[in-house]
Amino acid sequence: MSTVVDAAAAPAAATQPPAGVLAYYPGCSLHGTEPEYDESLRAVVEALGIAVAEIPDWNCCGASSAHTTDHLLSVALPARNLALAEAAGFDRVLAPCAACYNRLAAARVAVAEDAGIREQLPDILGRPFANSVEVLSIVNLLREATADIAQRAAAPRPTPNPLVGVKLAAYYGCLLVRPPELSGGDDPEQPMFMDEVIGACGAEAVDWNMKVECCGGAFSVSRTSSVLRMGRAIIEDARRQGAEALVVACPLCHTNLDLRQKAMESRGEPRMPVLFITQVVGLALGLSPETLGLKRHFIATEPLLADMSVRATQRVADEKKAADEKAAKAAARAAKETAAKAAKAEAAAGEAAPAEAAPNAGGDV
Amino acid sequence: MTSSSTITLATEIEGAIGINPATCYQCGKCSAGCPMAFESDLRPHQVMRRVTSGPRERALQDESIWLCLTCETCSARCPNGCDPAGVIDALREIAIESGIAVMPRTVRAFHKSFLEQIRANGRLHEVGLVVGYKLRSGALMNDVTNAPGLLSRGKLGIMPDKIKGVAEVRRIFDKCGVTL
Repeated sequence: MSTVVDAAAAPAAATQPPAGVLAYYPGCSLHGTEPEYDESLRAVVEALGIAVAEIPDWNCCGASSAHTTDHLLSVALPARNLALAEAAGFDRVLAPCAACYNRLAAARVAVAEDAGIREQLPDILGRPFANSVEVLSIVNLLREATADIAQRAAAPRPTPNPLVGVKLAAYYGCLLVRPPELSGGDDPEQPMFMDEVIGACGAEAVDWNMKVECCGGAFSVSRTSSVLRMGRAIIEDARRQGAEALVVACPLCHTNLDLRQKAMESRGEPRMPVLFITQVVGLALGLSPETLGLKRHFIATEPLLADMSVRATQRVADEKKAADEKAAKAAARAAKETAAKAAKAEAAAGEAAPAEAAPNAGGDV
Repeated sequence: MTSSSTITLATEIEGAIGINPATCYQCGKCSAGCPMAFESDLRPHQVMRRVTSGPRERALQDESIWLCLTCETCSARCPNGCDPAGVIDALREIAIESGIAVMPRTVRAFHKSFLEQIRANGRLHEVGLVVGYKLRSGALMNDVTNAPGLLSRGKLGIMPDKIKGVAEVRRIFDKCGVTL
């Protein structure tokens, strides 16, 4: 495990960050409508001993509005952030928002592949740019830490891991897996990296059909009806496959599935909580729901958390009972074996020396 | 029969994204996976067809290209590497440059308000976005009931989060020739 460095203490404007520190690009949503993703991410990376430092003076990546309007703008806006990270001496940038990750990573590819853009950029940005910074999604990062997470999730502790046996649906959506070149080598149709992280946490990732379907993304405000239709289909499939909550790694997916869920018809079904992957990992590491921002959601997480806690306590009690019973059975078996051995020894002793009474023939009884 | 102007559009797109839309063999796999297919007049494979046949304006002025979510499902699944999402990106850009884009009012209002926020502050300010959107779209009551819930959960900043390098961001918009 790497050394814990206080991310907040890392100097934001340093020319050379300490080795191993990741540049952090929170993006607008994590500073705005989805602060719990930022909170839970910071808590989890600290717990895992991964140091992050926010890119000084970062700007919006342009999201789908720039992508939809102008290709050059959609490359140049994220490129300024990569240039800032580069100037600050970072070699990797963490972009937890799937949309930001997609735009930053796509800009990196566009600059690498298009000589015209590469030549224009220093003038457009008004700063030098060598395109030297690698872009990581939160899932790439957590995947690197999977073994550590699994070990700590399974370690004995005063409050048991609430996630064991809990069924979760890993929802990837679009931007983590498409275009396929940006999916980090995983299958864009049947990605597993988030399922693996969920498994490392002790929970059960369900098999389901909608993991890479679109949630409606940027139409949340301008075409809400489309977003409700897509979200309903996603939630219904997750429920059919037995999921107790959805797990996302994108603030836009979260808004569309959490904030907008109450506007979807639920046919009397209970609402489905939508958790960030960082919140799931945080629970597995024993962090509190408050620290992880689990109280900020529109679909209340409290009923699920309470149920998980009851089941975890029950599981621990059952495991203890089972262990006690096993121990008792083993003791009874041992006693029986010893008694049998004694009887056999007694009989043998009686045969060998029939004339002698042998009250202590067993010896070890 | 192919008119010279349609060749220009396909060639123009090939110049922009390096893929000739005429290589599409109309299998329809893109449309099968498109989440907006049955809300759009034209499904992705029909957009691909229209780019290579018929008048240029007909391809550029269809509203369907603005109902694309850029989810990239079509391009990820295209068996012939035709990149319908890239073609649609290029169509939108050419339509804007030609001044003939036919955007649904709400979609135009959203993108304009969004980019305006970035140009003004360097970052998105949700309150500013929503106010700008409402004024442009006329959807005044949309999402009003969500405001108290967002505020009580600490999810709405009243003041914009303005960056120091906002002049650099404006320079980017100007150098890219994007006017709002």
